[in-house]
Amino acid sequence: MKKSVIFGALTVAGLAAGAAAAGTLDDVKARGKLNCGVTTGLVGFAAPDANGNWDGFDVGVCRAVAAAVLGDPAAVEFVPTTGKTRFTALASGEIDMLARNTTWTFSRDVDLKFTFVGVNYYDGQGFMVPSELGVSSAKDLDGATVCIQTGTTTELNLADFFRANGISYEPVPIETNAEAQQQYLAGACDVYTTDASGLAATRATFEDPGAHVLLPEIISKEPLGPLVRHGDNNWGDVVRWTLNALITAEELGVTSANIGELAAGTDNPEVNRLLGTEGNLGEMLGLSADWAKSAIMAGGNYGELFEKNIGENTPIALARGLNAQWTDGGLIYSPPFR
Amino acid sequence: MSDIGFVRKDMLPEQAPPASEVGIIGWVRENLFSGIGNSVMTILSLAAIFYTLAALLPWVFSPTWNAGSLNECREILHAQGKEGHFAGACWGVIRERWIQLMFGFYPSDLYWRPIVTFGLMFVAVIPILFNMISRRMNWFLLAVVILLATFAFGGIIAWVLRILSAAGAAYLAYTLFATDKADRAEQIAQGAKRLPNPLIFSALFPFIFPWLLWGGSLWVPIGAILGFVIGYYVYAALAKTVGGLAGLIAGPLAAIIWWLFLVGTFAGVMESIIPLSIEAVESRKFGGFMLSITIGVVAIVGSLPLGIVLALGRQSDLLIVKALCVGFIEFIRGVPLITLLFVASTLLNVFMPPGTNFDIILRVLIMVTLFAAAYMAEVVRGGLAALPTGQYEGADSLGLNYWQAQRLVIMPQALKISIPGIVSTFIGVFKDTTLVSIIGLLDPLGLTNAIRADANWNGVVWELYGFIAVLFFVFCFSMSRYSMYLERKLQTGHK
Repeated sequence: MKKSVIFGALTVAGLAAGAAAAGTLDDVKARGKLNCGVTTGLVGFAAPDANGNWDGFDVGVCRAVAAAVLGDPAAVEFVPTTGKTRFTALASGEIDMLARNTTWTFSRDVDLKFTFVGVNYYDGQGFMVPSELGVSSAKDLDGATVCIQTGTTTELNLADFFRANGISYEPVPIETNAEAQQQYLAGACDVYTTDASGLAATRATFEDPGAHVLLPEIISKEPLGPLVRHGDNNWGDVVRWTLNALITAEELGVTSANIGELAAGTDNPEVNRLLGTEGNLGEMLGLSADWAKSAIMAGGNYGELFEKNIGENTPIALARGLNAQWTDGGLIYSPPFR
Repeated sequence: MSDIGFVRKDMLPEQAPPASEVGIIGWVRENLFSGIGNSVMTILSLAAIFYTLAALLPWVFSPTWNAGSLNECREILHAQGKEGHFAGACWGVIRERWIQLMFGFYPSDLYWRPIVTFGLMFVAVIPILFNMISRRMNWFLLAVVILLATFAFGGIIAWVLRILSAAGAAYLAYTLFATDKADRAEQIAQGAKRLPNPLIFSALFPFIFPWLLWGGSLWVPIGAILGFVIGYYVYAALAKTVGGLAGLIAGPLAAIIWWLFLVGTFAGVMESIIPLSIEAVESRKFGGFMLSITIGVVAIVGSLPLGIVLALGRQSDLLIVKALCVGFIEFIRGVPLITLLFVASTLLNVFMPPGTNFDIILRVLIMVTLFAAAYMAEVVRGGLAALPTGQYEGADSLGLNYWQAQRLVIMPQALKISIPGIVSTFIGVFKDTTLVSIIGLLDPLGLTNAIRADANWNGVVWELYGFIAVLFFVFCFSMSRYSMYLERKLQTGHK
């Protein structure tokens, strides 16, 4: 008897959960704020400034979605998540979307039941060595000591790479990137390996960045992108097409500078459809007609976000590389707005 | 020939001791160079201290206070001819971020609220922690804190409060100067009216504390206080008519029902009649030392009474009470705090239906308090076990009932014995608050990561950790000194 009552209560709770989860878009609109999960701090991708305002490449995606849904890029509640809490925060509904340089993998997509809506940064694991070591390829690293963050995919990738090439290494396990920097500079390891963007950011902080080189080998695929929960396709579409709008805007030459002019109407029907002066794409998503315009105005198009936060004029100085538009030989490609 | 030797008839006058035995030289000889072994150790220690300071001080005293980024620090140091990885500290990061390390993301125009809260907290704990200041002094301090607080905001309420508190402070200051302690004692002996006990404010403070920090309607804490009143009256009414046990059960039950289901409605209705609310601040805005201190204070204040109850329960003869207490203590002590925090941050989220807004900091507060209470229970039990059985029997033979015996005979002695253990648990809990950075709350240690994520400060490590370590040391060392003061004060010479 008691048990059935408990199960009954659980069922009701489950149904309520299902009902609440069915309309993330409506929840966000009703709340007037987007709860966006970000990292607790990663150079160029998400960091609070001295006044507590968040800024960065991933943060830009959050702001674009908030602008598209609510018309206000500031209507975001940033929820700092760690590598351990991020997935439960998303699964439990504490956050509406996660934009936390999370690698799109099979198990996260299928087993953890998330939907990766796209890729906003193609990363990969690389190596950094002091240039005085005279190493020009990762295959020359036989017998090297390697600083590596424990419990990450980078550890497994490293083991695979060295085994595949038949060379040996000695791992120096470390916990955080800050610790790695100190160990590497103190000479506790010959090589530091992590995501290439992280290596570039780390090298930029060194007193003499020129004394360290990034080796050409990239030994893993790390497509990073925003994700949402399974089961709410409408909300997934909103986040996916907001990201696509930023990418398409760059491809079509729509920037935050000229968007006001272009929104008055152009001869290019795709630009018109994107900016809502033609067709009813916004209505199909359940958003206003100028949703994409708001999203692009929030922080600029994909290229502008990249340049501002992690591009070549920032201390991190990442080249576009794989993250160039497909028309420039990169992998950044949005399906058409039609 | 004479066999009479020299016999001195008068005492020699006292002479000054030799210069090598007194003063600085004497002290040094006796304490530092009293033998070959000691001399060698002294020289080695001095050399170690010298080399440490020689390495550390040039790093600490580096003129980088105004730098805006790590690279600017390096330029300043470079201009001074200092090079290398440890050339000098980059204090610019502390100048730019120390407010953030203190308050986290709390809205900057509301910083006065946490400051006032912690000011009031000192006023509230003084009558509990020290019995050396008078009631007048305590009320005077309270009036001064409120007076200072009113300058943080404007409006008519501020003016009313300002005038009232200024008048109160002035009057109390006048009486403080006009009559000294002995005169006052005489007046009281002759029947002069005493000021109300400042413990009244200390009892109200736990309700003011969350209201000031989180904001919202003043009717919520008032409703919470009403819960105690309701519980008491239900108990009193039932204890007279039905019986003590019924009252003991129904009183808390009524209060709990009131808190769980009716306070919200009460606060809402009263708020619509007389709006008394200040701007609400979400838990997510809490960070830095404010978060650490909030968690630490709540856990410390909550864990002591809870720990005492658990310790008594563990020694109880009632089977169920004992089993519950033992189970709770052993379970909580058997699980690392991190696990409990993960339960608080992630598991509870999964179990509760989405949309339930169970505040993350509240969850953490509950978990840390329970964790500290389990340890506290064992510390107090140690104190109880150290008491000779004669004390228990003596209390019984005086005809005291269980609670009277605990209150008057057992607990004062047991707690006195346990002071070092209790304070050590407090210090441990306060330091454990840094673990919340693992679940994404930005306490000082969590903020260091966020600060390093700023491209300007990426690579700054020692300065941030050093600053945080110094602040933690100040807090923990004060607690430790207080415990020594308390031990001296309560020393009754059973040695």
